[in-house]
Parts: sequence; C-alpha cells; structure tokens
Amino acid sequence: MLAYVLKRLLVALPTLVLVAASVFFLMRLIPGDPATVILGDAATPEAVADLRLAYGLDRPVLVQFALWIERALAGDLGRSITSGEAVGPLILQRFQVTAAIVFASVGIAVLLAVPLGMLAAWKQNSWGDVAAVASATFLLSIPSFWLGLIFLLVFGLWLGWVPVVGYVTFAEDFWGALHYIALPVATLALIETGVLIRMARASTVEVLRLDYIAHARAKGVPEWRVLARHAFPNAFAPTLTLIGLIMGSLLGGIAVIETVFTLPGLGRLLVEAIFARDYPVIQGVMLFIAVIYVVVNLIVDLLYPVFDPRVTAG
Amino acid sequence: MRLRPNLLIGGTLLGFVFVVAATALVWTPYDPVRTNLRRRLVPPSQDYWLGTDEFGRDVASRLMEGAVTSLTVAASTVCVALVLGMAIGLAGGFLRGWTDRILGAVNDTLLAFPGILLALGLLAVLGPSRWGIVLALGLAYAPSVARVVRGTVLSIREREFVEASRALGNSELYTLLRHVLPHTAAPVTVLATSLFGWVILSESALSFLGLGVPPPAATWGNMLASARPFMQDAPILSIAPGVMIATCLLGVNLLGDALRDLLDPRDGA
Repeated sequence: MLAYVLKRLLVALPTLVLVAASVFFLMRLIPGDPATVILGDAATPEAVADLRLAYGLDRPVLVQFALWIERALAGDLGRSITSGEAVGPLILQRFQVTAAIVFASVGIAVLLAVPLGMLAAWKQNSWGDVAAVASATFLLSIPSFWLGLIFLLVFGLWLGWVPVVGYVTFAEDFWGALHYIALPVATLALIETGVLIRMARASTVEVLRLDYIAHARAKGVPEWRVLARHAFPNAFAPTLTLIGLIMGSLLGGIAVIETVFTLPGLGRLLVEAIFARDYPVIQGVMLFIAVIYVVVNLIVDLLYPVFDPRVTAG
Repeated sequence: MRLRPNLLIGGTLLGFVFVVAATALVWTPYDPVRTNLRRRLVPPSQDYWLGTDEFGRDVASRLMEGAVTSLTVAASTVCVALVLGMAIGLAGGFLRGWTDRILGAVNDTLLAFPGILLALGLLAVLGPSRWGIVLALGLAYAPSVARVVRGTVLSIREREFVEASRALGNSELYTLLRHVLPHTAAPVTVLATSLFGWVILSESALSFLGLGVPPPAATWGNMLASARPFMQDAPILSIAPGVMIATCLLGVNLLGDALRDLLDPRDGA
C-alpha cells in the first residue's frame, strides 16, 4: 500500500513539472517581446528594462523557466496588466466561488447517480432501467450553459424564486450566497448525474455478472446487502475515476456557467483575461487549474484502493 | 441482430441536422446576416417561423446557417485531431523506444489539461477565429486519439501477420500502413464519433463566451450569447439555438452508443 502511494506521488511530480513547462512555453508562443507582453503596450521603457532584469529575460530560456517556477512556488504569479493586482491572491479569491459550485454539484450528482445507476443495473432491461438510461443520455446531451439559461428564464424571470444577476460571498451572507449558487449548482448537478448514472450502471452490470455475487446470493445474503456490501465497492471504483475527470472538465469549462449566472469565478477571470490579453493572469489561471486537475486525479488514484484493493498488488 | 433504437433515433436526429445544414447551403428563408431594424424581436409568425433577433435578422435562417458552421467546424476539427493523433500514436506504438517515450511524455502532459482549458489557452495565443477554433480544439483533442491508436498498435504489432509481412521483406512503413493501420479503424471510429460531439459542444461553448467564430457569422453558441439580454421579451431566442445543439448532441451520443455496441462487443453490457 505504502509503495503504491509513493509510486503515484513520484509519477505525479514530473507531470506537474511538464504541465508548468507547457503553460510557460505556450505563453512564449505569443509574438513579441515577453517583457512588453507581461507589462502591456502602455509600459515605459524603464519599466520594461526593470522587468527584464527582475525576470531574467536576458538569460537563457531554461533559467527563465526555473526562475518562474521558483516564484510560482513562493505564490508569486506576477501582477495583472489591467488591474495591477497580484495574480496569486486574485486566483484564490475567485477560486472560492468556482470551488463551491464544482464541489457542491459533483457531490449532489454522485449521491443521486450512484444509487440510481446501481438500481438500474440491478433491474437491467426493465422499464425503469430503460427510462434511466434514456433520461441519462438525454441529460448529458444538453449543453450546460443552455440549461442554465432556461433555468434562469423559468426560476429567475418567470417564477422569481432566485435573483437573476449578482453574487454575495458566503462570508457576507450565507443564505444569500446559497440563493445565488443554487441554480448553477442545480444545472451542473443535473448534467453530471446523466454522465455518472451511465457509468455507475455499466460498471454495476459488469460486477453483478461475477461469480462472487452469485456465491453471495446462493449463501442467502439479502439482495440489498448484495448490492450495498458486495457490488458497491467494486462498481464504484471506475466511477471514482470518472469523477476525477469530470471535475477537471468542469474546472476547465466552468467559464460558460459563470458567464450565464454572472458569477465572479475563476473561469470568468480566465475569459476576461483572454479578452484583455492579460497574459500573467492567463498563465496563472491555466497553471492553477491544471495543477488542481493533476492533484484531484492523484487523490482519486490514492482513494481507488479503498474500493478496489487489487490495484495496489499490480 | 435485434433492432437498435439507438441507431435509429440517433441517425434520425443527426440526419435532421445534416439536412438542415445541406438546405442552408442552397436556400435559407432570409439572408441570415441582413439586418432590418424596423422588424426587431418580432415573435414567431408565418413570415418569420422563429421570429427575428435584436437586429431584425431571421432566427430560422440563422439557425440553419449555424448548423453549417457547427458541422463544418466539428468535421474539420475532428480531421485535425485524427491526423495528428494517428501520426503520433502510430509513430509511438510502432517505433517504440525513445520516440515512444518522448511522444508519450508530451502526450500525457497534454492529457493532464482538461481539453477545453487547453483550447482556451491556445485561443489566447491564436485569437478568436473560425480556423483558430479548429486548430485549438484539434490540438486539444489529438492526444486522446494518439493514446487510443498507440494502444491498438502495441497490441497488433506483435501478431503473426505483422511478423509475416516483415519476413516477406516488406518495408516497415508499408507494414505499418498496410497491415497495422486498418486495425485502428474500429476504435478510432468510436472515438471520432464522441469527438464530434465534444467539438460541437466545445465550439458552441467557446462561441457563447465570444471566443469562437466571430459575429456576424451565425453559430448556435453566439446566438445564445446575444439572446441573454432579451430573455424576457423574446425567450424563443434563448430556446431555439439550444434545442439545435441538444438535438445534434443527442444524435451523436446515441449513434456513438450504437457504434460502440456494434464495433466493440466487449462493452456490450
């Protein structure tokens, strides 16, 4: 077990370095002098010269990369060209909004989808199963931002249950904040439920065919216990991997939902930075999301043996 | 073989979108980009089947135009991803050794990014345009193609008929193209179908954000984006483009499920 954990950690390290390198070099593909790119077009020649010295832009590119990593590890991701704010704290502040939405929606989706998917597999080919698969396929074919717009139209404008524009932080007004994130969370949770039901069902169908399930049934273990104690851990393991991937694609694509609901999250920050050609912010957000994604997948891998101990043996 | 409702419904839905796009190439009720400020936000009627938008443009015509845009962008992007991914996957899987290790490391790094994030980063560099989208999404999705192709090649290259081709004195390149490549067709077809759906979704999301195909060209994504301020007065503007995207995606997903059942019997649960 310990060997497995150490091995996974060791594999994650080079990935993190390569991810950082690709973010760094991607931004170097932008035509023009990096110092002008970082400072914006309005920078004075003195400021450009200072920055070249401070960032070592006159030194070899690998040294520049090392310097950048060193500063990033210390939490210094530079300053925004447009607002002059430090990028690191700006990202953390915006991430609170995004994290609340992503974790709440994935949590709700898992709680809904896993039992439903397992039940559908248990009653395979019944009407309930067909209905579950059909509605799951339907849900996952709906673009999240469109569902968000429709929810906004129905619950915000027509029924007036929730505010249509704006945001307050949880620290300022807990119940108020819940109102603002209710619709985005419901939107994403519904769509992810569609994805997860199919996965949970497919892996449960596989597991229920195995001999040990027949054996448990032959022993006279009650059906609910066969599902909960015998089938669940084995069937949940592949779903867990999918949860990691979903979190990543959510973090990457959260900008559309934040745009629909005008939430000041990380995705919105990235898109605004792309429009403003605010490269330090783009670089910082991309690095941050990619690192979170690697870490989430690492956590998923580390949790995997809890449900399926066979992986540590391999 | 039993009747496959997936194939039937999926094919019908996607077929509908293709017919709409094909029609738009030769005929639309109105010019999709011509504005008419005296007929702004007209509700659906006999003259304007789905009403008009905030510039008095015919929504039905724009939806048809959007189908052309979405399908051409998706098809071009899938081609870019397939060509790149297959080249990388074939090279890595067949040559192995250091080529495979280096290509594999690059590939894994790109896979460590959520696809849409990578596309956003590339768009920041390339700038928003139709071909920028194709290139950005193509590069973002190529690594998943490469992984599937490499895996298939690795399992095929040791088989007897590949050995036999070498023993006959055929060159490595000929063996690769003639005897290994065809075996990647089934998994790549399944993946390409999913890719087509992902690209339609990503393109509409990027266009919705204003980073996709720039206006005045009509895409479902940018139609939804410009509909938001008029949600109350003209809800049809927010509803219609989404119905088109969802129809397209549902068709692709059902067709993908059917293909997977047909081509990959192991997953036929």
